Parts: sequence; structure tokens; C-alpha cells
Amino acid sequence: MRMLTFAKRNALEILRDPLTLFFGLGFPLVLILLLSAIQANIPVKLFEIQRLTPGICVFGLSFMTLFSATVISKDRGSSLLQRLYTTPMTPADFILGYTLPIVPIAVAQCIVCYVAAIILGLELSAGIIYAIVFIIPVSVLYIALGLLCGSVFTDKQVGGICGALLTNLSAWLSGIWFDLELVGGTFKKIAYALPFVHAVEMERAVLSGDFGGALPHLPWVLGYGAALLAVAVLLFLRQMKKQ
Amino acid sequence: MDAVKAIGLTKKYKDTVAVDRLDLCVQKGELFSLLGVNGAGKTTTIKMLSCLTAPTEGDAFLCGKSITREPSAVKALIAVSPQETAVAPGLSCRENLELIAGLHGFSKEKQRSKINEITESLGLGAILNKKAGKLSGGWQRRLSIAMALISEPEILFLDEPTLGLDVLARSDLWDLIRSLKGKITVILTTHYMEEAEALSDRIAVMKDGRLLICDTADVIKSSVGASSLEEAFIRIVKGAEK
Repeated sequence: MRMLTFAKRNALEILRDPLTLFFGLGFPLVLILLLSAIQANIPVKLFEIQRLTPGICVFGLSFMTLFSATVISKDRGSSLLQRLYTTPMTPADFILGYTLPIVPIAVAQCIVCYVAAIILGLELSAGIIYAIVFIIPVSVLYIALGLLCGSVFTDKQVGGICGALLTNLSAWLSGIWFDLELVGGTFKKIAYALPFVHAVEMERAVLSGDFGGALPHLPWVLGYGAALLAVAVLLFLRQMKKQ
Repeated sequence: MDAVKAIGLTKKYKDTVAVDRLDLCVQKGELFSLLGVNGAGKTTTIKMLSCLTAPTEGDAFLCGKSITREPSAVKALIAVSPQETAVAPGLSCRENLELIAGLHGFSKEKQRSKINEITESLGLGAILNKKAGKLSGGWQRRLSIAMALISEPEILFLDEPTLGLDVLARSDLWDLIRSLKGKITVILTTHYMEEAEALSDRIAVMKDGRLLICDTADVIKSSVGASSLEEAFIRIVKGAEK
């Protein structure tokens, strides 16, 4: 009950920020339209709609990192968290209350991207439903990253680190914008040691109905998600104790 | 039973002693002020009493519950209005009140009746549906106190409640705080002498984490032969430096 009350507050704070609508829903949509227009003129295999859409859906989740980190860092910066710490809320209420409201936003973002993709020519298939379902663990990974950043950085630092650095890192190292094979070497090794490219390849495989192809990537996504969430919880509890 | 009883309450940060063996008793229904200059240890004392930070030594009992051994029970008894205005800026005033009432486990029906009651008693009707982040400092502080009161606390901590407010907003808030006298125990920190004198039943003067004197404003003044609380405060604090 307490967790749901807190989650509702966090959802309202996020959804009432106009930047959320722009970056959360508008920006991925613009990217799909723009890259599809480029694809129509200069065909590139990477930007074919069935390969592009899962990538954009995963890339869009980097804004969920930004949203969760911003809410927490702003709460830490104001005295609101201090007030909430004196209520009977438990640490689990805080963690779930910050995490859960962003999952439906992430799913909504994914649905919007797929609706746009269908309009642009993506073939209707059950794979779309599976891709939307599989976006949930990926979104938890990105939200956990936000929890972690929000527990450590100020809201200004969050803007720079999550808004610029993390979005770029997750874009470059995910194989959405260019084929990692083209760069190869250490860059490719680093990319495959991180979860972003695995999330994209898992989504691409699921969309095309290739669950066998998705399976090797799933442990990376779940493993990183669980590890990031554990570290985020520890850091949140540490700053809670410091208060 | 005392509302608050602190015994040897101490907080140390590395080499700094923020609060030094504080012994304190506050009666139920009393309006009690902690007075001191910046860094006197007022806010640290409030943080320890409200279970925000653990004491290094000593203990305190709020309505008989220990802050070190029964923090959950203590949290159910208290409410805090922190020094900075602690409201959710993106929510309306009503939603802010619903948030706190919900976090204290109130049913929807009880939330509604408590919001109506608080709105009436604190005159929040005109701003109830406005976004908290858009309100003036005075209204935000009033909302912040309303958020503290909605949980029906037995002990209310007000940390520098009028800091940074203009004269009129301060006067309004004084009236509001006075109206709580006798109904609940209020512990407020301030460094405004006139505020402590106008509102409090008793005043505790702190400096460098130590309690220098604790009594009514009149007794504090007469103890050093001063005609005003400000004069008495200066004499007591400077006397402690020697």
C-alpha cells in the first residue's frame, strides 16, 4: 500500500514533466521516422524496419535511466526524502516505489515505437508482442542504472552523466547505429562484455521469432539487471543511512 | 509520561562533537524551542530524535519508545517539517497531503476527512489544487506543516519553520504554530529570539552541541539579569565561551 502510494507519486512527477513526453515518447518516434526516411533513399540493412525498431526501443530506455535518476537525485537534493525517511516506509517501499512506475512508461514507449513501425511497414506478427514482453527485463536494467546514478549523483550531474554520457555509451556500444563487426577488436569485445548489445540482439531475435537466438543474450540482460539493481539498492541504502 | 526524554544523547562526526551528552525532558502538549546560533547542534538533535541519524552515545525516549531500539514505533508517533521546504513540487497540495496520508496507511475515506480538516484549520482551501512547486515560500512552508500534521503525530518537529519568510508569512505561521499548543507536543528549532519567546513554553539554549540552559523565557532572562531574551542569550552564550 505504502509502496503503491509512493509509486503513484513518482509516476505523476515523471509524467507531468513535458521533457518526459518529448524524450520518452517523441524522440524515439522521430528517430524511427528519420532513419526510415534515410533507409527509403539509401537502403542500409541495419536500418531495415525489423532491425531498426528493436534497437530504437532499447535505445529509448536510456531515457528511463534519466527519468529514474532525476527523480531520485531531485528528492535527495530537496528535503522531501528526509521527510519520507521519518514515515513508516521501509527500504523496499522506496526501491520498488522508484522502480515500478517507470516500467509501464517503458512498455508504453515500446508500444508507440512498434505502432509507428507497423505504419512504416513492419509486418504484424506475434513477435511484436514477445518483443514488448521481453522489453520488461531490459527496462529494469536501465531503471536500475538510473537508481544507481540517482543515489550517487546530484540532479545536475545526473543531467550530464545519464543525459549525455550514458545515452551515448548505450547507443555506441549497442550495435543500433553501426555494425560492431565494422569496428571489431577491443571495441567489439567491450561492447559484448556490456549488456546493451545483448539487449538489442535479444529483442531483434525475439521479434523475428528466433527464441533460440535470443536465449544466449538473456542471461546477460538478467545478470546485469540483477547486479545493477543490487548495487543500486546498496548505494540507496547507504545514502539513506548517511541522511 | 514525558513526550521526549533524552539521556546523554551524543553525536560525533569524526573529530567534531555535534551534540554533547544532551539531557532533555519535554512534557506532553508543550511547545519547546531549541535556540542557538548556526552549528549549535539543534538540527542534529532533531535528526536524532526523529530517527534520521543514529546517536553515537546515549538514547532518547519518545512517549516511552527508544529511538535506538524502536525506531519504527517512534516513526509512527512523530512528524517532521524539515528546515528546507519538503514538498513534492510536481504534485498539487491535495496530492501532497494524500501522499503523506497514504504513506501512513490511512484509508481513502480517512484521507479525505483528514484533508478536509487540515484544509479548514490551516486555510489551504485557495491553494489545494495548485501545484506545490508554484507556491510562494510562505505557502510552501504552510503546506509542509500541513503534511506533517496530517499523519496525526503526537510529537511534531519543526526545524527552522520561518527561515527566509517575510514578516507577514512569518506572522501567519506563528498563529498556526500557536494554534497547536496543548494539542500536540511541538519541538521547534530557531535562531530567532523573538520567535522562541513568542511561541514557546520553554526554551533550551544550545551552543557547540551543549545545552547551556533550559527554562521559560522569563527565568532565562532573570537568570542573567537581562531585560530581553536576546540580551540573555548573548550573555549566556558568551559566558559559555569563557
